Amino acid sequence: MKKKVEDKLFLDRFRVDEEPHLRIRDGSVCRDQCTDQPCLYFCPANVYKMEKDHISVTYEGCLECGSCRIGCPYLNIEWRFPTGGYGISHKFG
Amino acid sequence: MTESFDVAIVGAGPAGISAACLLAKKGVKTVVFERGEYPGAKNISGGVLYGHDLAQNLPDFVSRNCPIERNIVESRLWYLAKEGGFSLSYRDRIFFQEKKYNAFTVGRAKFDRWYAEQAGKLGALVVCGTVVVGLLRDGRNQVVGVQTDRPDGDLRAKVVLLADGINSPLAAQTGFRPEPKPSQVALAVKEVIELPEEQIQERFNVDPGNGVTIEILGAATQGMNGVAVIYTNRKSLSLCVGANLSDLTRRKIKPYEMMEDFKEHPAVAPLIQGGKPTEYMAHWLAEGGYDSIPRLCGGGFLIAGDSGMLFNALHREGSNLAMTSGRFAAEAILEALEKGDFSRKGLQGYLSRLQESYVCQDLKKYRRFGSFMENNPEVFASLPEWAGQAAREMLTVDGIPKKKKQRVIWDRLRRQISLGRLLRIFWNGWRSVR
Repeated sequence: MKKKVEDKLFLDRFRVDEEPHLRIRDGSVCRDQCTDQPCLYFCPANVYKMEKDHISVTYEGCLECGSCRIGCPYLNIEWRFPTGGYGISHKFG
Repeated sequence: MTESFDVAIVGAGPAGISAACLLAKKGVKTVVFERGEYPGAKNISGGVLYGHDLAQNLPDFVSRNCPIERNIVESRLWYLAKEGGFSLSYRDRIFFQEKKYNAFTVGRAKFDRWYAEQAGKLGALVVCGTVVVGLLRDGRNQVVGVQTDRPDGDLRAKVVLLADGINSPLAAQTGFRPEPKPSQVALAVKEVIELPEEQIQERFNVDPGNGVTIEILGAATQGMNGVAVIYTNRKSLSLCVGANLSDLTRRKIKPYEMMEDFKEHPAVAPLIQGGKPTEYMAHWLAEGGYDSIPRLCGGGFLIAGDSGMLFNALHREGSNLAMTSGRFAAEAILEALEKGDFSRKGLQGYLSRLQESYVCQDLKKYRRFGSFMENNPEVFASLPEWAGQAAREMLTVDGIPKKKKQRVIWDRLRRQISLGRLLRIFWNGWRSVR
């Protein structure tokens, strides 16, 4: 049976920063201008999800690859590293 | 932190720690900042390291209990169609004893931690849980230290070595390296699958301590420009599958679903059967090659490893380029310290060392390889499918004469791809690696 991404992320160890390290700069750009919305697909942690009228950002499970920062066609995602010591900690790597 | 250091290094990966080892050995006051909870907490590679480059920094790495998973004695190459695939492998006696640890697998969370401990023993200070968020500059715009996310987090240093990896917002923000374009990185996901040690030995036909690498092209990346690997660790397998980020974006393929499909391929499924996934990660690979390398040193700073786009995509070599570039950076810093000149000119020794070594020579040799992969999508899509069907046809015994089968196979190829185009692909491919 195929494993869902949620089950995969469940294997990882996260120390969640209270302050989100990812943020959509302007939601109206996603809503009104971005037709492809590729972040819904290429994000390996499925951080970006389509809700009724906006894209939600579950930064807690972010794998910190950086793809959304450069892959968003409108460069509409504000991206920084989580505070030192926070975010994912690889066990094996 | 009002203390000042000779050298501040950003990132406790293979590049940063290699530099720290050499500098600390020479008594240079060195600090390494690592944003993870511990060195390696944020790092991944497929998992192969090379003894040669590590030994240049730590000749006795084996007796220092380097956390080696398996010594690689055999390399396999797979070319996969959706339902089948070709396999080519090479095993050599020399890799069992004489050239043991030419290549070996590691888990980077364990290896990087161990490596940083060695730098610590030699006298470098490794500070974890600290993000470098900016650089300090003097009136002449020369880099004179780092800003961290700690309270009072500024620290002055004569030289700063940026070894913070391929995903470096710092490099982009300082303008030292432009943000990579989506076509210049591959996004890879990795899964670690636990299996009993003996089972790995049986499935891969190796003795305890020895292992196998498999590099995979074709259907694993669903026709996208990319690669998959399976590497043997002591008690686990590393599975990675990655594709060019612009391909993923265009095709709207979810990386984790690509991984699940890969795991179901008939060549892969029996190797991982009964295994327990224990970790899932994602990372970029620098695919821009020689032409994407930024200016690697300037007033008060140097860039080493992935952060400088030093990655050989064809030979899956990255951590060795990181270690060697880190060592070269340290050597250049030692020269600069002696002269008291930390300008671009004073650090120039770094660039000449890189140019004269295999690092730049290999990257130059393969500078066209990235664009070959990008511009010849048939290599990943129609060719492996066609080749798979051809093999299937020829191996199926069904009373149809072989000549007739061959005609069908060639007709099919010509319908998909013209002879001229096929020759062009081979010509371009050869040119990109010669």
